[in-house]
Amino acid sequence: MQPKPEGLDPKTFIGQPILRNEDARFLTGGGTYSDDVTRPGMLHAAILRSSHAHGLVRGIDASEALALPGVVAVYAWADIADIAQPIPIRLAPLVGLDRFPQYCLASDKVRFVGEPIALVVAESRYIAEDALNLISVDIEELPAIVDFAGASAPKSLLHDAHGTNIASAYEVQRGDVKAAFAEADYRRRETFVCQRHTGVPMETRAVIAEWDVAAQHMTVWGATKVPFPNRATLAKMLGLEDKSVDLIEVDVGGGFGIRGEFYPEDFLIPFAAKKLGRPVKWIEDRREHLLSAQHSRDVSCILEIACKSDGTILGLYAELFVDLGAYVRTVGGVVPAKAAQFVPGPYRIANVGCSVQIFLSNKTPVGTYRAPGRYESNFFRERLIDMAAHDLGIDPAEIRRRNLVLGSEMPYGIGKLVPYEPEGEYDTGDFVAAFERALQDSDWNALNARQGEDEDGWLHGTGLACFVETGGAGPKETARLVVRKEDGGINLFIGSSALGQGHETVFAQICADALGIPFKGIRVFHGSTTYLDEGYGTYASRAIVMGGSAVLNTAETLIETMKPLAAEALGFPNEALVWKAGRFETESGGSSIGLAELAAATAQEIRADGSFSSTRRTASYGTHVAHVAVDRRTGKIRLIDYYVVEDVGRIINPLIVHGQAVGGVVQGLGGAFLENLAYDENGQFLAGSFADYLMPTATDFPSIHCTSLELSRAPSNPLGAKGAGEGGTTAAGAAIGNAVSAALRKYGAEVHELPVTPSKVWSLIAQAKAAAGQ
Amino acid sequence: MWSASGRRLRASSANPRADQVKPPPFDYAKPASLSEALELLASDDDAKILAGGQSFVPVLNFRLASPSLLIDINGLAELGRISLVDGGLRLGAIVRYRDLEDSELVAAENPLLAHALHHIAHYQIRNRGTVGGSSSHADPSAEFPAVSALCGAEYVLQSIRGSRVLPADEFFLGALTTALEADEILTEIRFPPWPRDRRWAFEEIAPRLGDFAILGAAVLLDPGETRILVFGAGDRASRLPRAEAALRGRTLDKAAILEAAKLASEEIEPQGDIHATAEYRKAMAEVLVERCLERASGVKVVA
Ligand SMILES: Cc1cc2nc3c(=O)[nH]c(=O)nc-3n(C[C@H](O)[C@H](O)[C@H](O)COP(=O)(O)OP(=O)(O)OC[C@H]3O[C@@H](n4cnc5c(N)ncnc54)[C@H](O)[C@@H]3O)c2cc1C
Repeated sequence: MQPKPEGLDPKTFIGQPILRNEDARFLTGGGTYSDDVTRPGMLHAAILRSSHAHGLVRGIDASEALALPGVVAVYAWADIADIAQPIPIRLAPLVGLDRFPQYCLASDKVRFVGEPIALVVAESRYIAEDALNLISVDIEELPAIVDFAGASAPKSLLHDAHGTNIASAYEVQRGDVKAAFAEADYRRRETFVCQRHTGVPMETRAVIAEWDVAAQHMTVWGATKVPFPNRATLAKMLGLEDKSVDLIEVDVGGGFGIRGEFYPEDFLIPFAAKKLGRPVKWIEDRREHLLSAQHSRDVSCILEIACKSDGTILGLYAELFVDLGAYVRTVGGVVPAKAAQFVPGPYRIANVGCSVQIFLSNKTPVGTYRAPGRYESNFFRERLIDMAAHDLGIDPAEIRRRNLVLGSEMPYGIGKLVPYEPEGEYDTGDFVAAFERALQDSDWNALNARQGEDEDGWLHGTGLACFVETGGAGPKETARLVVRKEDGGINLFIGSSALGQGHETVFAQICADALGIPFKGIRVFHGSTTYLDEGYGTYASRAIVMGGSAVLNTAETLIETMKPLAAEALGFPNEALVWKAGRFETESGGSSIGLAELAAATAQEIRADGSFSSTRRTASYGTHVAHVAVDRRTGKIRLIDYYVVEDVGRIINPLIVHGQAVGGVVQGLGGAFLENLAYDENGQFLAGSFADYLMPTATDFPSIHCTSLELSRAPSNPLGAKGAGEGGTTAAGAAIGNAVSAALRKYGAEVHELPVTPSKVWSLIAQAKAAAGQ
Repeated sequence: MWSASGRRLRASSANPRADQVKPPPFDYAKPASLSEALELLASDDDAKILAGGQSFVPVLNFRLASPSLLIDINGLAELGRISLVDGGLRLGAIVRYRDLEDSELVAAENPLLAHALHHIAHYQIRNRGTVGGSSSHADPSAEFPAVSALCGAEYVLQSIRGSRVLPADEFFLGALTTALEADEILTEIRFPPWPRDRRWAFEEIAPRLGDFAILGAAVLLDPGETRILVFGAGDRASRLPRAEAALRGRTLDKAAILEAAKLASEEIEPQGDIHATAEYRKAMAEVLVERCLERASGVKVVA
């Protein structure tokens, strides 16, 4: 099917704020989460993790643990060595990264606090935890690498065989950066830091595995995000065919990019289940989660801008330093590569260069978290643009207006800023329109007039931040439609997984319109590898763009499949039949047949398979506006109002899109104000509980206003949809950095580092005062 | 895991209902009387008291403690009373924050305490947490111990050997350290009468509402005496003798307040952590003490 850029005609269900099908189940406690899965004869696992950041494993003695009644097995490296394979890198294979994969258990060395050393399987989790304390591990400590300086002047190597702690380094460029800087009227260079933080879903990771020895078949519950690729990985590690392994997705309590990647436990638990011939369950506890689920962000940047005196941005040059942690896991170099790619953001900047240094450290491996790389770069760039505007005496809104890519310039080529991707583009959009709308929604002119105003010791500041996010693509997504015999309703199977975004509702909306049938009769089944032969998953805001389009295509196939059956049932030739409002009718309108009658009249199951493929990304974009007040004496920050306007192409369900936007903002604000996966200089982890790792709570940020627009349909897909999951998060650090800096303008203090805490704001003011000799 | 009074239950591998339990194995008892509780405590060197569990259960779940026996004192009604004796507020050890919030007696007899409650954790925790638990846990950033120290409350400790009464500054010995002996239970906290003409103020900075304080301060203004305390700055909440001395016999005017606040900052030796630097805490002592004195006295310091 050819993409129809204009999308579908307005129909009944797409675009409606329909309440979510899944809500009643969730709200009445009817959800089935991983921990609700219980199998007969099930054992429980606990994992012994390194308490050292870096060290040589001299010996492991599990004899005492094995002697504890109820302990069934303890596995360490020696038990898996003969079959062990590294966790494969699925995405972003930057040159050199493949040298540093992680094995599922530590062998001769531990490289971060939290690295799995051994697995205990016991009759209960309680016994397994008791047994952990009885395993003695002899570790000879090595110096820890915790920053770029340490990594690049190696007193200590994480992976001795490779002689370096630099996992990968590269340069990318578009235009002629040198020339642009040479001719510029104005240049400024600043260093920024976006701290290590990550997605913390309410439900921690979980794996429940069962080996059917008779069928030689492995079933694993708790999968999400990318069950199909993970099945292939697990099958290979266990020496099985893909079809001998199924990954089952039950209800998922949040993912945010971090949950559902292939982790060591995704091998260890099935391995134990197969070895022992009994089901094994492992539920990650919160401390383990903070220690060992992938971290993210952790990018520093020296950014330089070159402008004409009228504010026209001629060039940007970024040196990025990305701490990838101790190993390179599934998502490879996505964080550094996307941080570099989005340095220029939504602006018309002809000359952009990035030098990217990706280093290893004795910390938890880094992967993707909602708006990976983008959150960081938006912060760096938007901060520097504000500084430039101030230096040049240009209003912060005006400098952006002058530089935003115009609708008339679409599609806008962004060059080849990602080594492993072809040249990129922004497909469609009216960046300026969304920007102006945000100014209007927030009453920017009034707020801008109050910059720095002192109201009883509280300094007001309002910050702007613009973003563009490309996503929602590739390579393919699948769907299957089955007409239920009993009632003529539709069972819709999709390859996308549901991490709480309301798939059971939006996919049914799309399907209802595609077939012209009622929404109520459609049941959506998602994620599990048992439903479809292939599927890709849910990441990069792609589920609706790719999966939704697959449903449209499959609906067309279903209609074609049913036509001859209807013709036979009605006794008319194919050509005489038209599909209308869920029924085949003769052209004259004399006879008709609906799904229920057709299913009843047909011996075999009526079904259709389909898919949608596209590698063309969609560009969602928008503007954030943050209004804060800062207590000039304590550095305390009050968020007064927060506005987001984003264009997401086609909106399938405005309620759900709105929820995504608001939730995304809160997560972004967590990164801006609170969350910090802190380590000390010895690589000890300092954020192992919710008393240390501070997340936003329900009452922290009450005034968030999000508007989602349908300004520009995506040409890549028949729905015209664009990604809608990350726009709320992506520019929050940037907008807060700008707002707080604007509030502190009278001191000349500038935010260079996230999170912006009272303690740091106070230091900024104190330093600025000291520098000014006050 | 409830047991009938006095019966001991073992929460361990032997207990099939213990599948989802995180702490190391322990015995459990829920005595019906204080004397029974004291006997149990004396009989086992590694026994620990369980009150609201809001600090201790996390400690157990992280396996930072492995007591042999948990003695649950939540059933001891005699420790749950709020009363007024000789004009002073008396709080039984298992009085919960929530009870204090609901108490008109507390609002009338110690408005500072009533106010400080709002800074303690979240309502779920206030529903369980007890004043005795907070005091025995002795977190240096906790509000209740701070208020009790500032007011000059007394702590009643009992054991099978007898009972003793300690002033707050002899009860709190350091971070997570009190004068409680292994066989002692804190049974009551006694506040002195609240003078009718007393003025007070309380200020706190925390990362989020309900978090432990990064730094807090409180003052009491009585005719002839000003008391100043900060918490979150050292190993326990403490009054600041130099700052207090600077105000002795002096009219509380702007200059006096600024001087006392400055001394407060100089007088403390706080530490830094992942939430705030030591310098920040020092600076905040000045700001918060100044604000407290300003609010309590009604003297406008900042134009
Ligand atoms: C999320 C969260 C946020 C919090 N925020 C704050 C805050 O902002 N401010 C604050 O002050 N606190 C805060 N707390 C801590 C809470 O206030 C304390 O946990 C509570 O007050 C302790 O009382 P408890 O009854 O729960 O004691 P438990 O947890 O049951 O016991 C604590 C310790 O005291 C011992 N103990 C208890 N009672 C006695 C007794 N009568 N005699 C002898 N020993 C005893 C126990 O053995 C244990 O060692 C927070 C807790 C949580 C979980």
